[in-house]
Amino acid sequence: MKVKTMLKKLLVSEELERYAERVPHSLGSMGYDPWGLNMDTAKIGLAVLHWAFHHYFRVQVTGLENVPTAGGALIISNHSGQLPTDGMMIGVAMATNPDGPRFPRAMVERFAFNLPYVGNLFTQLGSVVGDPENCIKMLKKGETVIVFPEGARGGGKIYKYRYQLQRFGTGFMHIAMASGVPIVPVGVVGGEETMPALINIKPLARLLRWPSFPLAFPFPLPARMYINIGKPLSFPPNFTHESEVEANVEEVKKAIRALMDKGLSERKSIYL
Amino acid sequence: MSAQKRKKPIVMVTGAGGVLARHVMKRIKSTHDVVAVDFRWKVEAKHAIATYHADMAQRGFEDIFREHDISGVIHLGRVVTTVAKLKARYNANVLGTKKLFDKCIEYNAGPVLVLSSFFVYGAHPFNPALLDEEAPLKASDLTHHLVDSVELENLSNIYLWRYPKLGMVILRPCNIAGPGVRNNIGRLLDLRTVPVIAGFSPVMQFIHVEDLADAIVVAFRGRKPGIYNVSPPDCIAYKDAVELAGCRPLPLPSVPSGLPRTVSRLLGWKALPSYLVNYFKFPTIIDGSLFEKTFGWKPQYSLEDIFSYYRNRKHEEKLRAKFVKEVEVS
Repeated sequence: MKVKTMLKKLLVSEELERYAERVPHSLGSMGYDPWGLNMDTAKIGLAVLHWAFHHYFRVQVTGLENVPTAGGALIISNHSGQLPTDGMMIGVAMATNPDGPRFPRAMVERFAFNLPYVGNLFTQLGSVVGDPENCIKMLKKGETVIVFPEGARGGGKIYKYRYQLQRFGTGFMHIAMASGVPIVPVGVVGGEETMPALINIKPLARLLRWPSFPLAFPFPLPARMYINIGKPLSFPPNFTHESEVEANVEEVKKAIRALMDKGLSERKSIYL
Repeated sequence: MSAQKRKKPIVMVTGAGGVLARHVMKRIKSTHDVVAVDFRWKVEAKHAIATYHADMAQRGFEDIFREHDISGVIHLGRVVTTVAKLKARYNANVLGTKKLFDKCIEYNAGPVLVLSSFFVYGAHPFNPALLDEEAPLKASDLTHHLVDSVELENLSNIYLWRYPKLGMVILRPCNIAGPGVRNNIGRLLDLRTVPVIAGFSPVMQFIHVEDLADAIVVAFRGRKPGIYNVSPPDCIAYKDAVELAGCRPLPLPSVPSGLPRTVSRLLGWKALPSYLVNYFKFPTIIDGSLFEKTFGWKPQYSLEDIFSYYRNRKHEEKLRAKFVKEVEVS
């Protein structure tokens, strides 16, 4: 706890403190919520990522006004770059939104929570086990949740498939329809270039029980990132056939693809 | 006093020797006369009209029903791992409880309140937070040492649905702590140096023993059969809890994953037994909102109240030791 207090003093600016104060949350008396988010750890994480957001990835964001300032919402984005850099940058953009900061929660691959230190850090930063139950309960509590429907298929894909959307799971759509929360589509450009992978060593991934084992740069490269946030989409709760859900997913996918195309057209240079 | 003259209904409280039962008996005596039962010894229960040292699995146990017009049971008694091996625990906790339920049916005793535990959900890395009462009970899947706890739950569930007249209420509280509590977490927080598993610090929930006693009494009187999680909405990471309780964390290597369990087994730790290691690695956070809504219960003690008790106790012990040393020197 002493180290945390020291880091907080050292890293967290008054500006970030003010943003954090405005974020709606359900923290208990010890600064934890039921999913394990710890605001002090989250502020330290935000301070580090805030620096990377402005000075390393030089992120450009449009459409922040489309993120609801209160109530539950699903933030649905394309996924790339081996590490969830895209999710972290979306998180910083939302947490420092001057119109109404939100602290989005990320659904993370289950295996991460089995790893010492990593799982613990993810938890305290606000990530949760990628379980539909978690998502539904958080939305009910008025949280915003980032979901990458491509999952490991998107995050772990190799560079030659960059900016090609992989198959979307339909779970997020079922949750959105049942919970009646809006879907905010997000297109991220630049994530693919942060950790381009040449190949995926599948036998090693199987051995380690990891979703993929990419042969990639060991640290994220300073690729410029473009985050375009689209208008919220709402879907009626009733459906008679799974194909209607799939059609809704296609609609979201189409919106994300358009936002990605916008980002790609805005980009003048990848790293410079 | 004969049964006819008695005005108050009689409630049997099992596990009467424990601190929780003492708090329950103190609270319930205003509306009920208490018959205190413990399998370990004959308890000195000042709030009870009669006390018994009885084993539920033995024939003589029925005599308590013959002697008293028992109108309800608060079943808190449990044979724990520090007392008996798995088979003996199973016999006492499952078969003994079955006998208790059967006697309740035979003698028209109800409501019956059974104290279970959040342990039945199992500590799994993929657990979602805020497990509600419908969540599957995975504990026996993860360790056979908790089979009796899960079986007791299953048994209670069968009686809940098959015998509605029992008015069965099953409570699953989170970690119980506070003065006099000698369960695993109570023992741990009482230690000066407490093992923590390096790289893991799951969020946990704690309930003060007096708050739980209130919850038990309110649920027993409320007559709303069902299964309820009992937990305050507040939570804290295990490592922070350890520090707030004035303990020094002793990190145990967590790789390979079986190592903490082996260390615990080899050292024979009672406070952190090997089969509970997962509960100190992965969160098992329960949703107590149904109980709060149904019975209008609110906890009176905060997390700070709970941990300050352990902190102050250690501080007092330190002062006492210092004083004794000074006296010896002088």
